Amino acid sequence: MSEAHDPGFVRRYIFSTDHKIIGIQYILTGLVMGLVGGLLAVLIRIQLGWPTAQWELLETLMPRGYPSGFMAPEFYISVVTMHGTIMVFFFISYVLVSGFGNYLVPLQVGAKDMAYPLLNMLSYWFALLSAVVMMASFLVEGGAAAAGWTAYPPLSAIASAVPGSGLGQSIWLVSMAIFIASFTMSGLNVVATIFTMRAPGMTMMRLPLTIWSYFIAAILGLLAFPPLTAAAVLLLFDRHLGTSFFLPSGLVVAGQPLSFQGGSPLLWQHLFWFLGHPEVYVLILPALGIVGDVVPAFTRKPVFGYRLNVYSLIAVGVLSMVVWGHHMFVSGMSPFTGEYFTLATMLITIPMTVYGVNLVASLFGGRMRLATPMLFSLAAVALFGSGGFGGLFLGNATADMQLHDTYFVVGHFHFMIGGVTLMGTFAALYFWFPKMFGRSMHEGFGKLHFWGTFAPFFMVFFGQHFLGLQGMPRRYYAFNTYEYLEGTAGQNTMLSVIVMVLVAAQFVFMVNFLWSLFKGQPAEANPWAATTLEWTVASPPPHGNFGDTLPAVHRWAYEYSPESTGEDFAPQTAGPNDAPITA
Amino acid sequence: MSETRDTRLPFSLEPVLVGLLFGSIGLFGVIYGIGEWAPELASRHGAGIDTMMTYLMVTTGAMFLTGHLAMALFIWQGSRRTRISHRLASPRFEKRLSIALGVLMAVVAEGGVVAIGLPVWNEYFMAEAPPDAVTVEVVGQQFFWSVRYPGADGEFGATDIQLMDDVVNPIGLDRSDPVAVDDIVWLNEIYVPVNRPVRVVLRSKDMIHSFFLPHLRVKQDVIPGMVPEVVFVPTREGTFELACAELCGLGHYRMQGFFHVVSDAEFTSQLERLASEQ
Repeated sequence: MSEAHDPGFVRRYIFSTDHKIIGIQYILTGLVMGLVGGLLAVLIRIQLGWPTAQWELLETLMPRGYPSGFMAPEFYISVVTMHGTIMVFFFISYVLVSGFGNYLVPLQVGAKDMAYPLLNMLSYWFALLSAVVMMASFLVEGGAAAAGWTAYPPLSAIASAVPGSGLGQSIWLVSMAIFIASFTMSGLNVVATIFTMRAPGMTMMRLPLTIWSYFIAAILGLLAFPPLTAAAVLLLFDRHLGTSFFLPSGLVVAGQPLSFQGGSPLLWQHLFWFLGHPEVYVLILPALGIVGDVVPAFTRKPVFGYRLNVYSLIAVGVLSMVVWGHHMFVSGMSPFTGEYFTLATMLITIPMTVYGVNLVASLFGGRMRLATPMLFSLAAVALFGSGGFGGLFLGNATADMQLHDTYFVVGHFHFMIGGVTLMGTFAALYFWFPKMFGRSMHEGFGKLHFWGTFAPFFMVFFGQHFLGLQGMPRRYYAFNTYEYLEGTAGQNTMLSVIVMVLVAAQFVFMVNFLWSLFKGQPAEANPWAATTLEWTVASPPPHGNFGDTLPAVHRWAYEYSPESTGEDFAPQTAGPNDAPITA
Repeated sequence: MSETRDTRLPFSLEPVLVGLLFGSIGLFGVIYGIGEWAPELASRHGAGIDTMMTYLMVTTGAMFLTGHLAMALFIWQGSRRTRISHRLASPRFEKRLSIALGVLMAVVAEGGVVAIGLPVWNEYFMAEAPPDAVTVEVVGQQFFWSVRYPGADGEFGATDIQLMDDVVNPIGLDRSDPVAVDDIVWLNEIYVPVNRPVRVVLRSKDMIHSFFLPHLRVKQDVIPGMVPEVVFVPTREGTFELACAELCGLGHYRMQGFFHVVSDAEFTSQLERLASEQ
């Protein structure tokens, strides 16, 4: 590394090939997108909480979405669609998967950078492009896509079906294709880096759980995402070139007979969920891996059952590829496939239970310090358990007949890909912020943020499970014509009020984040007394991470309270003479 | 063990609050879980679905409570320690715990499905409509349901896309077809007799709709190009709401219908009334 060569501001911070800068770029982009997605959620909750109210301010801000101050139904479903799309693909994927993945993988395996730094930079710029393209769809005629984040045809295929299925839906599909290209590039990089660039002594069974989870997630992404690219291209053909991949004959839309022939909307559902189900594991596994590494740092004891946790992650990865049909129990596919998908889905609960219980067992007997990253990790564990129990209802075809497409589903996935990932993201942000920026976040505001986030979050989405049990369908603009749902009106208003608290708490985080960036306490190299390799270098780490020689690794990542030494922990680089080697 | 007692940290409020937070989630869940939430049951196979739900509520509720109370306890205990009390479990213990958990979940999850769930699923989907079943066709389109009875001949007449007209003939019934003459077509209102099997033949003209009767525990997506059928037995007289459960456009939320379960006599008279208004 020649320090004499200064690449200049633009090459260092904008068009950088340094994995740390790219990771931070992903994180900042994702946080901005998360803010957009969160504001869309506010619009949704305003409509559901007060369906008959008139909003002059919103009319002034968005005259097309709020004619005469009332939300237009087509705008509502656009907002629902974009909230889901942005949160799944542009917030959680960017911050947690690509952002922290980029930042942590080379540092924790002991590499100077990703295997393909230029490809890494390209993947970020594709990701940014895809986000910009997606946001542009709000501005076009007809507004943003309105067929749900699942984009089921014919609704997503026929322009006259709903205003959002005009140009907005085409833009959605193009953005998705760019996103998948970007995600494939970064997945390849993660797999190659973990396979080939581990520091001497860093065997696979010494990798922190964080790295294992990114490894499995990246492989799942590589296997599961390309079919949706294909499906997106085919759907674009159906929309613009007159093909009939997803459209059957006999369609009559808005009084007009259409000339499509021989396609099947069910094919899209299979292709979408072949991506969609592994996708939720791509998002949730990194959160679980991170929690598995944060918890030991705050209980000062090794994670419980490391090897079994690794095996569980692998088993979940394999099983996640063969259960996509549990999203389609009542779609009209063969009931025999429904039976298979039920039995296969129930199998996933076994490795997931092992992992979840091992996280709880990791708390047992520890010396616990309730710093902010630990609080958010505990929240992630609780939501993972609670969401998992909801999964038993939905993965079971018999119960799913009643619960499919109700708010039970909405509550469930907000616990899992919404909650576990969000709490994992915050745990990661508070935990690695000192490493990334050389300053610490404010602990008091962090705790305020925790209480303002976890408690309301749990109440809102726990409550939605019970709305679903009452039979309340999702993606409804209003419920006031249904007599059997009369009782839900008050519950919806209450949930909307709680959501406002939840959103307000995020401004505490924003202020804390920005303030700490410039004014936070300067951080030392290892403020949490943690064991993994990134804590052995300065905060923030220099370009090239480890200087001229790669670190030599002598032990696993969980050498807390090592036996027969007075030390509190031994970093992975500590030699055999410093402390006994556990693994 | 006064030694360990001496190494305890003094009382502080935060761990108590955090412990209470996680513990109260467990209690909160139980209080919610024992409530009656589902719309009042009105079909025969629905009893099986409700049993499945109750089973899941009880089993997951027990695990939910145990898990959160354990977390609360570990947080409270751990926050007062100055050094850890357990470092590593033996590999044998770890393995045994995992096997025990695997067996537990296999019994709870797979066992529940095999013993309770799949028999109900099979009864519902493999049901052949008996000869005395009432057949009704329901056709979804943006944003209403057309309802058709085959009339005295028991057969549905031909339909033709070219004859479709949303105002006078939404399903495009070809009245020149002799079989179609006695077909009865109506909007959004479905009449069926109580305690007799109903066979609903579903079609969609445009988008994916979903035929959802919350009280009867019936939900079936209607994908255009496919003609799914559901067979079930209503067990209670009354008017039950029909909702669309698959996003089908901006009017999805108001695609409402009414499913009237009536006595045999009233069913006959309602059909006569509808036939006279054709």
